[in-house]
Amino acid sequence: MSRELSYTEAILEATDQALHEDSKVMLLGLGVPDPKGIFGTTLGLQEKYGEDRVFDTPTAENGVTGVAIGAALTGMRPIITHQRVEFSLLGIEQLINQAAKWFYMTGGKASVPLVVRSIIGRGWGQGPQHSQSLESWFAHVPGLKVIMPSNPYDAKGLLTAAVRDNNPVVMLEHRWLHNTFGPVPEGNYEIQIGKAKIAQKGDDITIVSYSYMMVEALRCASILAKCGINAEVIDLRSIRPLDESTILKSVSKTGRLLTIDNGWSKYGIGSEIVSLVAEKRLKFLKSPPIRVGPNDVPIPSTRALANLVYPSTYEILKSVEKSLGKELLGMNWDNLPKVEDTPDKTFQGPF
Amino acid sequence: MKNLDPLKLYTDMLRIRFVEETISQEYSKQEMRCPVHLSIGQEAIPVGVSSRLTISDQIVSAHRSHAHYLAKGCDLKKMISELFGKVDGCCRGKGGSMHLFDLEGGQIAAVPIVGSSIPIGTGVALGLKRQKKPGIVVIYLGEGATEEGVFSESLDFAKLQNLPVLFVCENNLYSVYTPLGSRQDSKRSIIDIAKAHGISAISGDGNDVIEVQKLTSNAIIEINTHSTPFLLELSTYRWLEHCGPNFDDHLKYRQDGELSNWMERCPIKKLKLHLEKNHLINNRIENKIIEKIKLEISEAFEHARKSSFPDPTELFLHVYAPREIE
Repeated sequence: MSRELSYTEAILEATDQALHEDSKVMLLGLGVPDPKGIFGTTLGLQEKYGEDRVFDTPTAENGVTGVAIGAALTGMRPIITHQRVEFSLLGIEQLINQAAKWFYMTGGKASVPLVVRSIIGRGWGQGPQHSQSLESWFAHVPGLKVIMPSNPYDAKGLLTAAVRDNNPVVMLEHRWLHNTFGPVPEGNYEIQIGKAKIAQKGDDITIVSYSYMMVEALRCASILAKCGINAEVIDLRSIRPLDESTILKSVSKTGRLLTIDNGWSKYGIGSEIVSLVAEKRLKFLKSPPIRVGPNDVPIPSTRALANLVYPSTYEILKSVEKSLGKELLGMNWDNLPKVEDTPDKTFQGPF
Repeated sequence: MKNLDPLKLYTDMLRIRFVEETISQEYSKQEMRCPVHLSIGQEAIPVGVSSRLTISDQIVSAHRSHAHYLAKGCDLKKMISELFGKVDGCCRGKGGSMHLFDLEGGQIAAVPIVGSSIPIGTGVALGLKRQKKPGIVVIYLGEGATEEGVFSESLDFAKLQNLPVLFVCENNLYSVYTPLGSRQDSKRSIIDIAKAHGISAISGDGNDVIEVQKLTSNAIIEINTHSTPFLLELSTYRWLEHCGPNFDDHLKYRQDGELSNWMERCPIKKLKLHLEKNHLINNRIENKIIEKIKLEISEAFEHARKSSFPDPTELFLHVYAPREIE
């Protein structure tokens, strides 16, 4: 599979194939058919599938979430979009109280097949209300599934699985991943929701991450390799259900655990993983687990401060040193990559 | 279901009244251990509306849903079992009184978070329309729900997509204990809110089942001929406490004489006068109706009492739907 697609192209292709495969699939959200097409992920789909199946909505996230749930109850399989996860909070009542509980509270007689796509922002001054990573909110609720693909291949496979799933699935896409490229097969395929991937095998330390922070995790792993440290890097892919066995198996082997969160570490995904390991593999641990994540503050707009919020390569590597209880040999601390307020040089703003 | 026979309307209202009264009387036995929001005094609206609906029409309800459920023809035994928390309840005991639902009967959803049912019902209509399935969707809502933002969001969406929705606002003047005057300006008009969204709307006496029936008939004609939503605002009154089996007039949150005035306007009494005037009822007919209803109700309660609670293994069932549901 030599063909490469961007993350957005992978989402577009998965959506296109889902619409083609099943006439019950529909795509709605503010801006879905507009010239930007949700950062390119919905471009051309209305022209291809018509206004009945791919359509714009009022600026009414609460109402639209409820409408999607109602349509799902009649057998439709809606995908709804939010240009930032913060807007989805206007529909949180519908998602948490209604969609997440429907199958349970009807005694298994009716379910809500629904995909909620939301985007996490970062950088370029997006500030307190366009940069939050709220996966632990959604992951807290039984009945919801939460997926956070870290690359184009996973984005297509997980979204395909989400659309075919009979439950409400929240897909959180990091804006900084949208323009990343990777191999993506042309046909449709699924990645199992609830199964993590070992992105790199290793014996010295287990690093667990997901979404954009996987880019950091893999960058650190390759630097560590030069220092003779073999990190096992786990890409969660799904936040809920959590693939406990893959994590436990790895920690049993390495005896060390570092989690890198996209959202705040307190009450976060890393906290859940550390709890899991403490409860089930405490005796295997050679050193205390470490959680790394954004600092415990709202995300400020100015890059002078925002750049300090996110874990840097330096901070992650220092955490690895701490976990190993020894200095990283041959490490050139002055020459580490520095991430500013854009994902890469091609990014010219505004968001 | 669909009928024009006033005696049938009378029977349906009386049945709901007796079911609710039986729940009220039996509640102190503490077998029905879930909150109940009884519909006594409000029977005319669901009976009048449902008398113009067919099996393919769907209804969506909120916390006070017993009357909607029963008037639509949903299963009484499954309802009472649900109140008892039994496994053969309509939600296998996992929903309770506030989540009555019956796919065969056509109550596709009932949810107690005020206003939340409105967009869900709107979405049901969207699903029906997209799949070219027959039927309209009736969304029952209280006047309190019109204060939620999602009410306006749903009106807008329903009109924008020209969905077959009949919004039925049951205005019973109270949201829990808070009177209408403390919640809405006297100039605020629910009808006008609908009209401002391009939706035709009309108000009427929600304690007059014949009037409700006529208004519903006209509304459905409008919905079907112009493929557009419609809103009815119907005045009515809740006799009992907001939640629970008792009268609560001693709490003095209603004006003196208000309850007794509305009890004078009892929808069942009103229809009975009409029936008597037209010689459509006599003691013998009425006794026969009552006897039949009471038997059905006592059977439903007996059934619920004898039914089993869910097995402990049910706790972990139905959190997630499998790939193949059927």
